[in-house]
Amino acid sequence: MKVNTGATVTEPGSSVKNKTGGWRNMRPVTDLARCKRCGICVILCPDAVISMKNKEEGPRTDYDYCKGCGICANECPFKAISMVAEEK
Amino acid sequence: MKMVLRGNMATAYAAKLARVEVIPAYPITPSTLFPEKISEFVANGEMNCQFVKCESEHSAISACVGASATGARVATATSSQGLALMHEILFIAAGMRLPIVMAVGNRALSAPINIWCDHQDTIAERDSGWLQFYAEKNQEALDLMLMAFRISENQNVLLPSMVGMDAFVLTHTMEVVEVPDQKDVDEFLPPYKPLYTLDVNNPMTFGAFSSPDNYMEFRYATQKAMENAPAVIDEVFAAFEKKFGRKYSRVVPYMVEDADIVFVAIGSMCGTVREAVKEMRAEGKKVGLLKITTLRPFPKDLIKKYLANAKVVAVFERNISLGFGGAVYPEISAVFVNAGQRPKIYDFIIGLGGRDILVSDIKQTYDIAMKAYADGKDDVIEWIGIKKEML
Repeated sequence: MKVNTGATVTEPGSSVKNKTGGWRNMRPVTDLARCKRCGICVILCPDAVISMKNKEEGPRTDYDYCKGCGICANECPFKAISMVAEEK
Repeated sequence: MKMVLRGNMATAYAAKLARVEVIPAYPITPSTLFPEKISEFVANGEMNCQFVKCESEHSAISACVGASATGARVATATSSQGLALMHEILFIAAGMRLPIVMAVGNRALSAPINIWCDHQDTIAERDSGWLQFYAEKNQEALDLMLMAFRISENQNVLLPSMVGMDAFVLTHTMEVVEVPDQKDVDEFLPPYKPLYTLDVNNPMTFGAFSSPDNYMEFRYATQKAMENAPAVIDEVFAAFEKKFGRKYSRVVPYMVEDADIVFVAIGSMCGTVREAVKEMRAEGKKVGLLKITTLRPFPKDLIKKYLANAKVVAVFERNISLGFGGAVYPEISAVFVNAGQRPKIYDFIIGLGGRDILVSDIKQTYDIAMKAYADGKDDVIEWIGIKKEML
C-alpha cells in the first residue's frame, strides 16, 4: 500500500485486503469427527470468519482474519475445537 | 476600509472575508465575541455560512472535522479550557489533513481558574500537528487568519492552523484595523480545492485504521507536510505583502544585528519589549528583539540566522512546562546545541495569568541575564516579578 493524505480510503473493500490473522497467538483447530454441525461456532464468532456451506463439509475457519480469541473453542458443546499455539 | 475593531471582531471579519462556509463554535471567555459576531453576520445575511451552535468545544471541533471533510472551508474559535477539551480532536484534524483555521484567545489554564492572558493553552497543543501563528496586534490577527486559510489549504501542507491572540490585550481591545476589500481577498484567497471529499455518492473513509505496519509512515508524511510549510508560509506572506502592503515573517527581528542580548517574545508583549529595547538602546545597551510569529513549524532556520551572533538570548515565556521551564527555551536551545558558535540561552517566565508585563520588567530581565552571563551560568530559569512574600 501507499501512504495517502489524511489516511483516506477511497475504494470500498480495504478490510478484505488488510489481512488481520497475523494478530493471532492461538489457532482454533476443529476436529470434524467430534463436530456435530450445530453451527454455534458460526453464530458466535465475533469476526464472522467461521462458515459452514453444508453439513458434509462442516465449519471452516478463515485464518486470514481469525484473531484466535477462542470463543468458538469455549462455546463448542462437543469440545470439538482446540486452541493450538501458533508457531512463528 | 479602516475600522475600529476588537481582536475577536478582526478574526470574525477575516472569516467573513475568507467566505468561510461552516463555523461550528461554543462560546468561551475571551473568544465569545467571535461566534457572536459570526451569528450576527449570518443572521443579517452578510455571510453565506452554516453557523453550528454546539454543546461543547469537543463537539465544535468534531463538527469542524466533519464539515471540513466534505470540502467546505471551516473556521472556529476557542480559548483555554475549551482548547484543552478539543485536545483529542486536534490530532485527528491534523492526521486527516483538514485545513481548519481556528482563532484562539490565549488564556491561562485552570487551576486556579483564570481568564486572562497566558500562552499555556496553545503551547500545550504544540505537538498536535496544527500550524501556530501568534498576533501582536489586531491587524495581525486579521491578516494571519486570512493567510492561514491559504497556507493550510496548500496541497503541500494540508494541515490545520491556529491563530493565537492574547486574551483581552487583543481579544477585547479596540484598535484601528485596515479591513481589506472583498474583491482583493477573493483574488488573494481562491476557493478551497480538497484532495478528497466526503460524498454519499462516492463513499470513502477518512483517518482510517492503521496497523503497526504503516502507522509510522502516516506520521512521517504529516511531519513532511510540516517541513513543507515554511516555504509555503514565506510564499503566502510575500503574496500578501504584494497584495495588501503589510509585511509578515515567521520571525521578526528588531535591532538584532549588533545586539549582545536578544529578547525572544511572542504575542502582544512584543510591543512592550520593543519599547524597552528602544529605551535601553538610548542608554547605550546593545539589545534587540526577535518576535516569533510562527511557532509551528518551529522556525529553526531563522532562529539560527538571527540569534547565532548574540552573546545572550533571553526567552520570555507566558507559559510553563511544569517540571522543566518555559516550552520555547528548550526548542531554541536545541537549534544551537550542536552548533559551534552559540549564545548563552536563558529562560524567563513572565506575565502568567494576565499579569502585566512592564518596560521595567524587561529592564530587570536584562540585568539578571547580563549578570548570569558575567557569572558564566548555564541553567537559568527565572520567574520575573514573582512575589516572594506570598510564598
